[in-house]
Amino acid sequence: MIDLRENYLSKHTIRSWLLTIDHKRIGLLYLFTILIFFLIAAVAAGLMRLELLTPQGDLLLPETYNKMFTIHGVLMVWFFLIPSIPTVLGNFVLPLVLGARDVAFPKLNLLSWYLFILGGSFALYGVFAGGVDTGWTFYTPLSTTYANGHVMTMAAGVFIAGFSSILTGLNFIVTTHKMRAPGLTWMRLPLFVWALYATSLIMVLATPVLAITLLLMTVERFWGVGIFNPALGGDPLLFQHLFWFYSHPAVYIMILPGMGVVSELITCFSRKKVFGYSFIAFSSMAIAVLGFVVWGHHMFSTGQSAYAGMVFSFLSFLVSVPSAIKVFNWTATLYKGEITFSTPMLYALGFIGLFTLGGLTGLFLATLAADIHLTDTYFVVAHFHYVMVGGMVLAFMGGLHYWWPKITGRLYPEKAGQLAAMITFVGFNLTFFPQFLLGYLGMPRRYHAYPEEFQIFNVLSTAGASILAVGYLLPVVYLLWSLKNGQRAGENPWAATGLEWTTPSPPPEHNFDQTPVVTRPPYDYAYQSTFHPREVEQTLENV
Amino acid sequence: MRFQVFPDAASTTAVQVDWLLAFLSLVTLFFLGIIFVPMGVFLYRYRRGNPVDRTPLNISTWKIEVFWTTVPLVLTFVIFGWGAGLYVHMKTPPEDAQEIYVVGKQWMWRLQHPEGKREINALHVPVGRTVKLMITSEDVIHSFFIPVFRVKQDAVPGRYTMEWFKATKAGTYHLFCSEYCGTQHSGMIGWVTVMEPKDYQDWLNSGSPQETQIAAGERLFHQLGCSGCHAENSKVRAPSLVGLYGKPVPLEGGTIVTADERYLHDSIVMPAKQIVFGYENLMPSFEGQLNEEQLFQLVQYLKHLGREQPPEYRRQGEGAAQFIVPHEAP
Repeated sequence: MIDLRENYLSKHTIRSWLLTIDHKRIGLLYLFTILIFFLIAAVAAGLMRLELLTPQGDLLLPETYNKMFTIHGVLMVWFFLIPSIPTVLGNFVLPLVLGARDVAFPKLNLLSWYLFILGGSFALYGVFAGGVDTGWTFYTPLSTTYANGHVMTMAAGVFIAGFSSILTGLNFIVTTHKMRAPGLTWMRLPLFVWALYATSLIMVLATPVLAITLLLMTVERFWGVGIFNPALGGDPLLFQHLFWFYSHPAVYIMILPGMGVVSELITCFSRKKVFGYSFIAFSSMAIAVLGFVVWGHHMFSTGQSAYAGMVFSFLSFLVSVPSAIKVFNWTATLYKGEITFSTPMLYALGFIGLFTLGGLTGLFLATLAADIHLTDTYFVVAHFHYVMVGGMVLAFMGGLHYWWPKITGRLYPEKAGQLAAMITFVGFNLTFFPQFLLGYLGMPRRYHAYPEEFQIFNVLSTAGASILAVGYLLPVVYLLWSLKNGQRAGENPWAATGLEWTTPSPPPEHNFDQTPVVTRPPYDYAYQSTFHPREVEQTLENV
Repeated sequence: MRFQVFPDAASTTAVQVDWLLAFLSLVTLFFLGIIFVPMGVFLYRYRRGNPVDRTPLNISTWKIEVFWTTVPLVLTFVIFGWGAGLYVHMKTPPEDAQEIYVVGKQWMWRLQHPEGKREINALHVPVGRTVKLMITSEDVIHSFFIPVFRVKQDAVPGRYTMEWFKATKAGTYHLFCSEYCGTQHSGMIGWVTVMEPKDYQDWLNSGSPQETQIAAGERLFHQLGCSGCHAENSKVRAPSLVGLYGKPVPLEGGTIVTADERYLHDSIVMPAKQIVFGYENLMPSFEGQLNEEQLFQLVQYLKHLGREQPPEYRRQGEGAAQFIVPHEAP
């Protein structure tokens, strides 16, 4: 009854994992690695939320609290969110959906992972050898002159991990250009590929700026060359310009792949051709391009000129439009669909809800006069968590559940999955919605102790965080359980379109026995017609 | 536990910002409505197994796409315009503003009123008078945030930044540092006390009389020997400083800068940075000899030099501080 063919998981030696150049195995190496970072960063967040339960700074010392949010930020941004979907799901899925045997440069792909491990080791050393208390933004002159701890170790970690990003981006770009199956034209590409392509462009073009910035920081710190420190004739705001020139596009590295995943999920579970394919595809590219010219909206209150403020505000409004286009098109895709509420779909719907609110509150912050009051308060914290966690993490979870049968050959338990998705959604909102109100009330971010009148919302937020933790832990339990006990998935448990579903689960090491040929447009569910999700697994059981 | 959703609004700007925020909230609700109401309907109606008509519509979708691209675009232009207009207003202090000097350092705020009165982690202002804060930092970047006034401005080392407000409601309000500045960031807080003009005047006159900022600046100007070179009849050729503030200054190399506070400040601590056209770089740097407060006093004195009339705020009727400034040009 079981497909006994060899697959990519057949070899079991440690050597076969550490020296693998199989994109699927590298994807799993990344999955395992980023989950460790996620865990550490989540524990840091948990400690912060516990500290904030009471107004007094009574649980952690101020230094410890500051180190916690720095660890949380650095690890979550560079060692979880940025690599999450591209390196795990992207690595696993991209060659499969292109009908390719592997990525264009398999060895380079493995090198990316080793660079990531090296960078991650530096960061972890920085965390455990004493910690860093600059915040993930490393603002000068605090980071170069005044901060204690292992700033340079942490920066070195981020610097090295950046090269991992660049190599992955490069690999994906070349793979998309050169490795597509016959007949798989650009306009037949799954939208996830478009999103990964746009993401890769940002990775390749923006990350070097971060590397340069960190290098300049090093030069100033070790050799006292005045670049950012005004006492040496430097300009502290120059650092912010350079930092956000990378870090704002990086926000799109963190959300575009999520949008790509959601496009796949919405179409699959409403069994409908996506509405406005080219608009969704090109809006990804528009976001990637416009994302490079909005960095100054992080600096409205720094004293940059009013004219600069106006230009950056205007461009920030422009970049909101392609995101809106995506949301409208996803909604329209549901129209006349045949909708099932499987776990991936619940995550996708959750994504749309939270990302939409995250995006709309972004309008508040792009509005110059409103930003002055809201910036550097909890409003900003809530806003970017709605986008980063509500968006990217939910999309990652949705994608992970969607491709889990392909990755492992097993189905996860559906009821448990749906329950976890709903717990996550509720817990998330309870954690972060009160923070919008806290921000409007004026509670600054990165505060270890705070005035009493802010307590009620902080209590709600901490309560929400504990629910959110359950929502995160539950999938770990049942996904691990499913590795041994889940039902066999078969080739295509969701009856989805896309080349990855035409090969066995788990796929053989070489992916396809014969190079597939594509003759239909993407998401042609009308053509595929009456092939329903869960019936496939039953067929398999009966074999 | 106190439960509060809306913060107090205690300045003229705060009310304007609140209107803008209310509009933004309406826009948010509008979009949430037009996205999630149809989505809810579709999810229910087109759930699998529900026998409804699913024949595809035969319409040209590009018209729909253009429609829902244009509507948000136009709406964002409106928001942009409103926000930018108010921002420019917030960046343009009225002429009659009273300047209060603010310097942030790890981890406290020090302030000085023009009359010489000093405060730490506290700011006293009268109701109904425009107050302009001239802000800088001695170490890292801080941010001077008064939630009830809806104003916030980073304190950046090496430059002066500005925020202004006109308080409308007496009371005691929070003052926060909102830019993360190291270990005791959350302890860098204080109180803003908004007082009736008469109470403010009493507060200002309480305690021992202080040297005004301009008087202190003039004293420093002579003590440090600035007057030796910059006086009109000096033997050393140095640019005259009378009436310099706000004027364009031609520099060696052809650029022209405006003599603002930062230019005056930097010319004292980094004289070689910008050499006035036609002059030699003779001036020694005063870096390290003066703290930021003294530098600001000098800057205030230089701004005062050559002003035909006393500063505007002294003519503002009741509540105006009574102080005497010796003002002969050196």
